[in-house]
Amino acid sequence: MSSLRLGWRKTLNAVMLTLTGVAALAVVSVLLFIFGYLLYHGGKSLNWDFFTKLPKPVGETGGGMANAIVGSLKLLLLAALMGLPVGLMAGVYLAEFGGTTFAFVIRYTTDLLNGVPSIVIGIFAYSLAVLPVKHFSALAGGVALGIMVIPVTVRSTEEFLRAVPVNLREGAMALGASKWRTIATVVLPAASGGILTGMLLALARVAGETAPLLFTAFSNRFWSPGWGQPIASLPVMIYTYAIAPYDDWHRQAWAAGLVLLALVLVANLGCRLILNRRGAIRSV
Amino acid sequence: MSSAAYGDSATAAKLAPQVRMMDSPLAVSPKEAPVRFQISHLDFFYGSKQAVFDLSLPILANKITALIGPSGCGKSTVLRTLNRMNEMIRHSRFTGEILLDGQDIRRLEVAGLRRRVGMVFQRPNPFPKSIYDNVAYGLRINGYTGRLDNMVEHSLRRAALWDEVKDQLHKSALALSGGQQQRLCIARALAVDPEVLLLDEPCSALDPVTTAKIEELLFHLKDGCTIVIVTHNMQQAARASDFTAFMLDGKLIEHAETSRLFTTPSDPRTEAYITGRFG
Repeated sequence: MSSLRLGWRKTLNAVMLTLTGVAALAVVSVLLFIFGYLLYHGGKSLNWDFFTKLPKPVGETGGGMANAIVGSLKLLLLAALMGLPVGLMAGVYLAEFGGTTFAFVIRYTTDLLNGVPSIVIGIFAYSLAVLPVKHFSALAGGVALGIMVIPVTVRSTEEFLRAVPVNLREGAMALGASKWRTIATVVLPAASGGILTGMLLALARVAGETAPLLFTAFSNRFWSPGWGQPIASLPVMIYTYAIAPYDDWHRQAWAAGLVLLALVLVANLGCRLILNRRGAIRSV
Repeated sequence: MSSAAYGDSATAAKLAPQVRMMDSPLAVSPKEAPVRFQISHLDFFYGSKQAVFDLSLPILANKITALIGPSGCGKSTVLRTLNRMNEMIRHSRFTGEILLDGQDIRRLEVAGLRRRVGMVFQRPNPFPKSIYDNVAYGLRINGYTGRLDNMVEHSLRRAALWDEVKDQLHKSALALSGGQQQRLCIARALAVDPEVLLLDEPCSALDPVTTAKIEELLFHLKDGCTIVIVTHNMQQAARASDFTAFMLDGKLIEHAETSRLFTTPSDPRTEAYITGRFG
């Protein structure tokens, strides 16, 4: 009887181990599958023209997405300018000055904002920055992405600031530094590696957002000078090209997907490298 | 200015002409030394919990005063009240009076008080900056406009660290050993030329050789400033201090010249503690 129970327990153990192992493997293989598939389809369509040429008119093959690559970078720049300072300062407030009740409210609201579907943020940016001027613009796209950057930046900034040891703050205060001075000259520099990483990750996340751009930045088959006109971006181009009935466009959509994923992966890996090298927080 | 206080007294005198005139009291006997800090009837509270009870204690200028006592007796609390570091702790407060050179420290501007009363902590806490920037930090935030280089060198010399780091001033302070880091923290505190230096168990994380170095350093420093040291280590108090105050359960039990307190304590509890019967 007892040996039977033992056998059963061993079997159960093996079954559970296998199940969890398979689930873990599935997680990894999804990413590997996506990456492999993109590499296969995108890789063979990727060429120099893709990075340097404008899209060709419908019906002609060839051309590239130079305008969309530049467009995505411009949109990210706008998002960074609008979202990162707000996120950084709110994070500093939460970590260093926040009381209990008010800080709780802000933290909770930030988490809610993080959970708002991107399409809803798109509508918001549309009514804020498109309707009043009655045309799509890079600026409107930047507003949408900028809003999406804020919550991630706030929370990561707060976390990394909190990880700075108290004795560093005490060291600065004991020399006569004011609280603000202490934060600006000791705490923020000590957490800078982590904070920058959080910012880069936030930007990498919104780099692939499509929905909020559909009716804010819209798209553009040509160069978009300045900030007030519709502008092409990689995700929207992928969307447009993938549902079009032309094989050559499908080919380019794959290539665009590969470029986008590569950008995000490189940003991600770069961040982790920085973090590992410097230590998330350079502890004492 | 006693030349013993500096590695290079000639330069030191030139570099720091503003070093205060507190040399003359050195000539007089300990009992006549002026009082730098006068603590009167100090009661300290963390919220509703009282940590220090009716403590009165003079801290004599240019002397080393050691605060000893078992863990939790309130000696660090007293130390951190002197430069109002406890204000960082929510719901803490004190009653009674603490005078620095006759001025109520609560009336002083806190940044100015802390510039005059430097502090070194239990664990070395150099900023994640270069050695140079660590020492220059206090000068910069206090708006010092003179030659930083000279002051940095002078402070590092006073902390007996100059010879070890003079070729690597721009390397990260975190690359130094624990003992070097602690001396760097002392140099950082000395850079703003404080009248008083508070040390909160500065050697508890260090090995005996490094500890000996720091004790010797303190002995030289007292010509230029008043030192209050909290220590767990009775031998250290006996070796390094001029006066010793023994605390127990938040109360001052005995305060006397170190030689007398350790040889002929007047309170039985002091005797029990220094002979190792508890604590």
